[in-house]
Amino acid sequence: MEHIAHDETSFVRPAEVGEMELYHPKTWLGKYVFSQDAKTIAIQYAGTAIAIGMVALVLSWLMRLQLAWPNTFTFIDPAYYLQAVTMHGMIMVVYLLTALFLGGFGNYLIPLMVGARDMVFPWLNMISFWVYFMAVLLLAASFFVGGGSTGAGWTLYPPQAILPGTPGSEAGILLMLASLAVFIIGFTMGGLNYVVTILQARTRGMTLMRMPLTVWGIFVATVLALFAFPALFVSAIMMALDILLGTSFFMPAIMTMGTESEHVGGNPLLFQHLFWFFGHPEVYIVALPAFGIVSDLISVHARKNIFGYRMMVWAIVIIGALSFVVWAHHMYVSGMNPYFGFFFATTTLIIAVPTALKVYNWVLTLWQGNIHLTVPMLFSIAFLLFFINGGMTGLFLGNATVSMPLSDTLFVVAHFHMVMAVAPVMVVCGAIYHWYPKITGRWYHEGMARFHFWVTFVGSYLVFLPMHYLGIMGVPRRYFEITGTSFLPDSAQSVNASITIAALVVGFAQLVFIFNLVVSSFNGRKAPGNPWNATTLEWQTAHTPPEHGNFGDELPCVYRWAYDYSVPGAEDDFIPQNVPPRDRQAEVTP
Amino acid sequence: MSTETMASDSLELKPGLAGFFDDWGSDQRAFKGVPWGKAMMWIFLVSDTFIFGCFLASYMTVRMSTLDPWPSASEVFALSFGGAPIPLILIAIMTFVLITSSGTMALAVNYGYRKNKWVTFWLLLATALLGATFVGMQVFEWSKLIFEEGVRPWGNPMGAAQFGSVFFMVTGFHGFHVSIGVIFLFIFSYKVATGHLDKQTPGWFTKRGGNYEEIEILGLYWHFVDLVWVFIFAFFYLW
Repeated sequence: MEHIAHDETSFVRPAEVGEMELYHPKTWLGKYVFSQDAKTIAIQYAGTAIAIGMVALVLSWLMRLQLAWPNTFTFIDPAYYLQAVTMHGMIMVVYLLTALFLGGFGNYLIPLMVGARDMVFPWLNMISFWVYFMAVLLLAASFFVGGGSTGAGWTLYPPQAILPGTPGSEAGILLMLASLAVFIIGFTMGGLNYVVTILQARTRGMTLMRMPLTVWGIFVATVLALFAFPALFVSAIMMALDILLGTSFFMPAIMTMGTESEHVGGNPLLFQHLFWFFGHPEVYIVALPAFGIVSDLISVHARKNIFGYRMMVWAIVIIGALSFVVWAHHMYVSGMNPYFGFFFATTTLIIAVPTALKVYNWVLTLWQGNIHLTVPMLFSIAFLLFFINGGMTGLFLGNATVSMPLSDTLFVVAHFHMVMAVAPVMVVCGAIYHWYPKITGRWYHEGMARFHFWVTFVGSYLVFLPMHYLGIMGVPRRYFEITGTSFLPDSAQSVNASITIAALVVGFAQLVFIFNLVVSSFNGRKAPGNPWNATTLEWQTAHTPPEHGNFGDELPCVYRWAYDYSVPGAEDDFIPQNVPPRDRQAEVTP
Repeated sequence: MSTETMASDSLELKPGLAGFFDDWGSDQRAFKGVPWGKAMMWIFLVSDTFIFGCFLASYMTVRMSTLDPWPSASEVFALSFGGAPIPLILIAIMTFVLITSSGTMALAVNYGYRKNKWVTFWLLLATALLGATFVGMQVFEWSKLIFEEGVRPWGNPMGAAQFGSVFFMVTGFHGFHVSIGVIFLFIFSYKVATGHLDKQTPGWFTKRGGNYEEIEILGLYWHFVDLVWVFIFAFFYLW
């Protein structure tokens, strides 16, 4: 079969704009610290996010220690415990997962996958990271101020978040609000960059419906973030004013510690609405990039095209749109008109349709695929198992009548950890292993990676599966201790202890993970440019790791979608996106 | 061979709606002919709309949930001329000034695209000065409320405490937007006058070469700030 030279312009439109001008740093500082290269910024984002995430991991150990062996560890008092719960939640959701998926994977993968040399405004991108870094510093500072960090729960509900008696009501809560506002400002700069890069800076031939699902997931998640974070920003400003100026946006007239507060006539429910108008899309800000990435991992490692690509794209878009009209399902017990509950339960259950569709498509992609049980594939399958489990319990919690008795129990904790904590973390791990050879040019240590996978996978199930039972028994979340409660059998305490042991082991396994990543980047085996035989553009770069400007002298042209695996009649079992179609005439006449 | 067909989709545009979607989803750019900065400003403005939307929704919520009576806007915002109070007179002037500045801004965009340097400069400067006048009148309005009528963020003599809280917060946030706009208008009139846009000097914010499209991008922001004022005017002064 011979290739016949053909005119590429018959498949791809001519370039509409000239080449992007790149900033070439002259100093060490400009190259590695205040870098304007999206790939370096991505690593800075990911490193910072993982570092603060490790703090949150340690906090989860502290609260698990208290729950398993109450009052054995005397340095954990109730205030300390509540602070650990609060900071663990906020750090993991916003500062780890959001920053890692959008700032980390978004920065690294968007320009490479759509065939751009960099983000459209690299300088703004650099500032975005440093503003995020400042937000992390502000957050970390709250551990050290008088009164400590806030212990209001990650939802920061007023009035209790700012009344004396709640840990951190002196300075911790203010630092938290300031840190969130700064985070949102920094994120907006980065997010605008990601969206405009995807919409306006794709390479020739990269149509929207040829983009890898990773890019689609990150794109829709970024749009959600740009529209949802404003609600958190506004509520942070209003709560800060309630604290600093004594306004009464959220604060009703209230007796606190025997004295009447100066506030009058505020509306605490308003905060809950604003918070969850941000908070629910936030779930999908974390989940949609995971959906996108896992689609690509499954397709690559099962050597099969993704099942129902268009359906997958529209499902992402529809989930994103619906995520703005379901927020009050977090507020069934807050006191709401029953018709509202009915509305929000309905919209919540409708979201299950596109989500289930995606799960079916992942399974159908695996079906009769040539499944390579590589580490990324193992994590992808683990994601599916966690996500299906967490999605099922979501059906319980989406229904107002079933949700009310389960509200504020460990069932809720088990649900959201399964669906939006462990499941996306599985994708994070899988994705890091998947792209590690491209990012560092070296292989990770296979044995350590498999050890990390099995301990994390089995351990996380041991942590969160029993929590469902505890929740149905009625064990409340956020409580300092539950011993001596007549309605709970002693076995509940034993389950708690076993959960804690599993959590400690899973936590230590993450140290193996980080050790592996750091050490392998120095002395891992050299990796080839396209070790997984993947089709997307980031694997077709001239250099590994890709250099500044990503693609060398000439930008690639895209001729096909991202999922040409095991194409009948093709020489290899994959055809990269930048390989032009063969002249069909050549096949007929050899 | 279905995937091979997929790889070489025809470049011909399909008729009707299918062609519309194909065109929108085509390669390189979703919005043909739209520069990066302009696309970015539009998306930022939608995001900012959510901020003001949340502010206004919060305002309506606290106004409805407070138990104390809401002060009457036509009395609070009245100015006395020769002993007779004229309701909303200052706000009427402020609104007039801001809407006028939108007109000069639109003209500046037009003359910018014609590369008429000096007319663009004077129009930008006029817009900046009108904007600064608006902010000045807002300062006057605030000081009258604070010093003469005793309105504070945490309370006021006329009624519900939230009146002062939301008023200062929302008009303050809007005034902040206007002030940022005024600063950028001054920067850009300087850039136009010194020929930075003709020479395509890179801007400090984007580090991309400057050109007269940036005037339109600034104009988008300015018109947005005006539009927000129309809503604030309606919800705070007329309700």
